[in-house]
Amino acid sequence: MLLEMATSGFGDRVAVKSGSASLSYTQLFEAAGAAAQELASSGCERMALLDVSSLTVPVSLFASAWAGVPFVPLNYRLTRTELTRLVGEIAPSYLVTDGERAEELSKLPDTTVVARERFFEGATSGSAGEPDWPMDPDQIAILLFTSGTTGPPKAALLRHKHLVSYILGSVEFASAAEEEAALVSVPPYHVAGMAAIASSVYAGRRIVQLPSFSAEAWLELARSERVSNAFVVPTMLARIVEALGGAESADLPHLRALSYGGGKMPLPVIERAMKLFPTTDFTNAYGLTETSSTIALLGPDDHRAAAESDDPEIRRRLASVGRPLPSVEVRIQGEAGTPLGPGERGEIYVRGEQVSGEYLGRDSTVDGEGWFPTRDSGSMDREGYLFIEGRADDVIVRGGENLSPGEIEDVLLQHEAVMDAAVVGIPDEQWGEAVAAAVVVRPGRSVSGEELRVWIKDRLRSSRTPERIDFRDELPYNELGKLLRRKLRAEMLGDAT
Amino acid sequence: MAQLKAGTRMRSAVCSTEVMVVAAPADDVEVTCGGAAMIAIADQPPAGGSISPDAAKGTALGKRYLNEAGDLELLCTKPGEGSLGVGGTLLTLKEAKPLPSSD
Repeated sequence: MLLEMATSGFGDRVAVKSGSASLSYTQLFEAAGAAAQELASSGCERMALLDVSSLTVPVSLFASAWAGVPFVPLNYRLTRTELTRLVGEIAPSYLVTDGERAEELSKLPDTTVVARERFFEGATSGSAGEPDWPMDPDQIAILLFTSGTTGPPKAALLRHKHLVSYILGSVEFASAAEEEAALVSVPPYHVAGMAAIASSVYAGRRIVQLPSFSAEAWLELARSERVSNAFVVPTMLARIVEALGGAESADLPHLRALSYGGGKMPLPVIERAMKLFPTTDFTNAYGLTETSSTIALLGPDDHRAAAESDDPEIRRRLASVGRPLPSVEVRIQGEAGTPLGPGERGEIYVRGEQVSGEYLGRDSTVDGEGWFPTRDSGSMDREGYLFIEGRADDVIVRGGENLSPGEIEDVLLQHEAVMDAAVVGIPDEQWGEAVAAAVVVRPGRSVSGEELRVWIKDRLRSSRTPERIDFRDELPYNELGKLLRRKLRAEMLGDAT
Repeated sequence: MAQLKAGTRMRSAVCSTEVMVVAAPADDVEVTCGGAAMIAIADQPPAGGSISPDAAKGTALGKRYLNEAGDLELLCTKPGEGSLGVGGTLLTLKEAKPLPSSD
């Protein structure tokens, strides 16, 4: 439906560009319609895509919606064993992947495996036929396997009604000017990758794909395609800032809006980025797969006000994820289930039309009143700005006191010799849990554990001072820059024995 | 007359307009387009219908329309010559409140 509207509104515009290849909205519409017929005749119940970004991604996404089957973008970095398990969960499916993998996976039961080139050629040489799709709002649009920080991956499901509600709540139809372009560098299996396609198509903004991220490639593409909008995860922005080195400015005058999310943004990175991109509007977007992406925003005006303010309460908002979208409600809840007041820490709950909170083959996690527990812990200030402290499971309980790793990490990162830092709880006989920090020192600098302990004690309470500080060459991250806290903790415990 | 549900799609009986319900009141409501009751998206419009001159301002693609109470909101997914209405009153165009782009 979104694509049909875009096609009749501005069909000749370029919808998506990858390298030198591109599709207009009309071409995308025709290809999706042709591919939908292929899906329908295959008898599949789901369509899976195991591939990097390419023109095939939007074709498959819209073809699935048209054919009335869920779209399942799979993580191409998973091992063969993991993949086999996930593909087993979604069978019978129609799986599109690169040529090499198509060979390898051709024996999977109840799975029609098709090479990307063949699928794309078939789709682009066919035509759409009549757009008489079902578009049942309750039908599942997308299944996304979450990274599963607390166990094996679960397939979060988003229905058409969740996605349409997200789009209608955040984007105005045809609001993009013809020259606008959005650079998409997140992989298709990330909710931000899916949201970017839907939003851009509805706004009429050309999508420019970057299948494999490097700071240099990102900067070059942003320049050559005169990109106006982009979304990055914090690690990507950190690398972009690093690649710009001592430059005065990034020299990207066309880049009007740069949004970021998907993890905690270190303050020094965003502060430096705002100086390097003086004419760019920064937006921090907070959301989860289970909430159809963004639920809270720290907008460009908030960024500027915070950066310029002398008032500590306003200044610290640069580290917040902003305020909830008008279409969702957010509240902080204590352990007893009671709503908490401003500044009080607890678990973040969210309610709204775009919130799914459902997983394939499991009971809904949404309660009777529609509240979804995000498992993120945080607080909200008096003006409604939301601060994320980290995953509720990561909270360190030391002698009955709840400590947030994020708060201690922030202080460590403010030390000039510290390049990266992570804090975890480790078992402790006396306190139940003790605070342990892993620190990466900036090249050419040095700092002792004792200095860092004093640094923290001067700024936070002594209970937050790490009992143990390890110095490491790097911290473990996944490919999207999410800190692998459990892995770090296991490694630190292993080191201790 | 029927109770509308968010996500339901309807077409005009007298022009090319198609809409999707974004928000609907709990009570039954009859939506008109071009002065005639709208029909289910799957149904064929009856032959010979014409647009009432009182409801002929047209609908615009991608625009949203609200009733006076603000509890009924329709998204135009295909434009046409007729205007949307409820109970003899035309719906009004909803003003866009732009949010910063987040993806």
